[in-house]
Amino acid sequence: MIFRLFVLASLVLFNESLAAQEEVRIVYLGIDGDTYYEPQVSYTGLSLKDRLRPIDGARLGMKGTRVLGRALGLSFELDEQILPPEESVLAAAQKAQKDGAVALLLDLPETEMQEILSSDLEGLLLFNIRHRKNLWRGKECVANLLHTLPSQSMLTDALAQHLRFQNWPKILLLHGDTEADVTEADAIVASAQKFGLDVVAREEFQLTNDPRRRDFSNIRLMTGKHDYDVIWIADENGEFGRYVPFATAKPRPIVGSEGLTANAWHWTLERYGAPQLNQRFRRKSKRNMSSEDWASWAAVKAVLAAVTEAGSGNKEDILRAIRSPDLIVDLYKGLRGSFRSWNGQLRQPILLASHNAVISLAPFDGFEHQRDQQDTLGVDEPETLCVL
Amino acid sequence: MASRKRLLVTLIAIVSSFAATIAVSSEPTGLIIVANERNDTLSILTSEHEVVEHMETCSRPRGMHFSADRSEFFVACADDDQIAIYDTKSRKLLRRIRGVPAPETFDLHPDGRRLIVSNEEDAAASVYDVETGELLAEYETGEEPEGVQVTADGRLVFVASEAANLVHVIDLENDEVIADILVDTRPRRFALTPDQKELWVSAELAGTINIIDVQTLKLTDDITFLPTGFRPEQVTPVDVIMTKDGQRGYVALGRANHVAVVDVPSRSIEKYILVGKRAWGLTLTGDEKRLYVANGLSDDVTIIDTESLAAITTVPVGLVPYGTLIDDL
Repeated sequence: MIFRLFVLASLVLFNESLAAQEEVRIVYLGIDGDTYYEPQVSYTGLSLKDRLRPIDGARLGMKGTRVLGRALGLSFELDEQILPPEESVLAAAQKAQKDGAVALLLDLPETEMQEILSSDLEGLLLFNIRHRKNLWRGKECVANLLHTLPSQSMLTDALAQHLRFQNWPKILLLHGDTEADVTEADAIVASAQKFGLDVVAREEFQLTNDPRRRDFSNIRLMTGKHDYDVIWIADENGEFGRYVPFATAKPRPIVGSEGLTANAWHWTLERYGAPQLNQRFRRKSKRNMSSEDWASWAAVKAVLAAVTEAGSGNKEDILRAIRSPDLIVDLYKGLRGSFRSWNGQLRQPILLASHNAVISLAPFDGFEHQRDQQDTLGVDEPETLCVL
Repeated sequence: MASRKRLLVTLIAIVSSFAATIAVSSEPTGLIIVANERNDTLSILTSEHEVVEHMETCSRPRGMHFSADRSEFFVACADDDQIAIYDTKSRKLLRRIRGVPAPETFDLHPDGRRLIVSNEEDAAASVYDVETGELLAEYETGEEPEGVQVTADGRLVFVASEAANLVHVIDLENDEVIADILVDTRPRRFALTPDQKELWVSAELAGTINIIDVQTLKLTDDITFLPTGFRPEQVTPVDVIMTKDGQRGYVALGRANHVAVVDVPSRSIEKYILVGKRAWGLTLTGDEKRLYVANGLSDDVTIIDTESLAAITTVPVGLVPYGTLIDDL
């Protein structure tokens, strides 16, 4: 990167006044008491899938920016705004825009998210660090919105590649009746088709003990009828899925919501510098780094990479750099991260993991692409419904 | 600060007199020591490619270095925060420098006394006295410092910060960081040309070597690697070394499973040699006729003949070999 030559090697002047430094500000926007982060207590008071606010990821991303700022002659700030429920998120976003923030990390429920996306916040980078749904990467995409969390399609494509790679082409698909589960089942069918897999049967399960409806609830009955290699479960709630392993009529592996899951991040990844990131996170936050923590960390890293590339705090330069196909964000997953021009999605490897090990990483060898192998995961340019 | 500097001066004086009193180290053993990061062992190889011992060491051994007279060697153990010091001949543990936070690589100062270590978890580079284990100085770096390189005159130290894409330049005499040089993504290791004019830095994620002019501390050129059949993102250079005449460089290309051979004066790539999986650590024998390559993901070491530029053989070692050390001088 010779073109950067002239910006390099800034001599360090420790005594230089800090006031002269340009500030790069990133705003984290969330809502206090967001029900999404309330404990997910299931029957008998067990907590199976607690969600924790991924602000720790963004904080970790900011660590070490003092030294980067020392090199660039800039200062970096993370402005954490967890608003009281009665306050308007849009007003907060507009204020951030007015005050010259570079980026806004959106940790918001769908309604508030939609409110932000429907308004004009030109010049402000918006990061989706929470939602997997394809909609905001498709029909309802927004020009200044970037996604660091993988889309649903990327996750199901990653698992489909794994099944293809393992030569387990025949799938029994079990899904719940909620909107989320049905949407996911549709994504699974699309991924299966994309990678030449066969969904032998698609069955909806119900949470019931009613003997007259046992065809929808009895695991042995549901898994005994068909000839298949693998069971793929779409069960966001998890209350059905967790009882499926080891209870099936045929001895077959389970993927999807249970068994082998597709993730942006996993606390056991052993390569690409991931152990260092996981250890740093654990030491700071006293818990394992989740996919959402990682996505919020990656949003900060992407901004830092763009600022470094731009060599200044100039917003236009930063926006150009972050959208550039030549951007390299170090994702700690072995491949270079950059954003897809057609829908703002961060290109990234997907981790396929059991409860305590990363079994494989997608994209797999053998799935080729004319531009970037990572674009074999998720909606590609010719298929996108996003018009920017 | 002043007292620390005085201490250093005294130390150097002690070392010089100390060095004069020891006789020249006994005959080299000719053995090759391999640090196996994943199963906490050192594999010992003969020059005939025979594994004679798998010895246990501390937890997650990575960087290794000889003492100035080669009578001892140091092993950085990341998971139990120490540097273990062994007798080269007997391979007995002599002492440890404890409380070194997650050491990864290090370099020995030409005074033979100061060890400059990167502390991966602490975003710092620290200077230890190898005799007493005392911490002499510490400098703030970016996140995940890795490669450390001291200039031959002992004046400057370069430290690469993997996560911050920076090369820090520490002036040891004035006891301060004098520059932070922005380089390509994920800088890992260094090599200095023997004339001390050029610093080569591997940028793992960018697939390049950045070349820094030591005089001006500015980036002057880069070399991009791409063996046939690989995509740019699969090329992840880590270790880089040079021959003593400064004519030839070797670069381990990580996930591209090749070592690049570079003509240093023209900066052109002469050849790519196929090795094992995820090649990282590189070491030349004293006569520079053989190159040892640690292949982290195939658990073996490839030995290359540097005249024909072809692999002679590949020897299985322990789990995830990180680098090698050769006692042949």
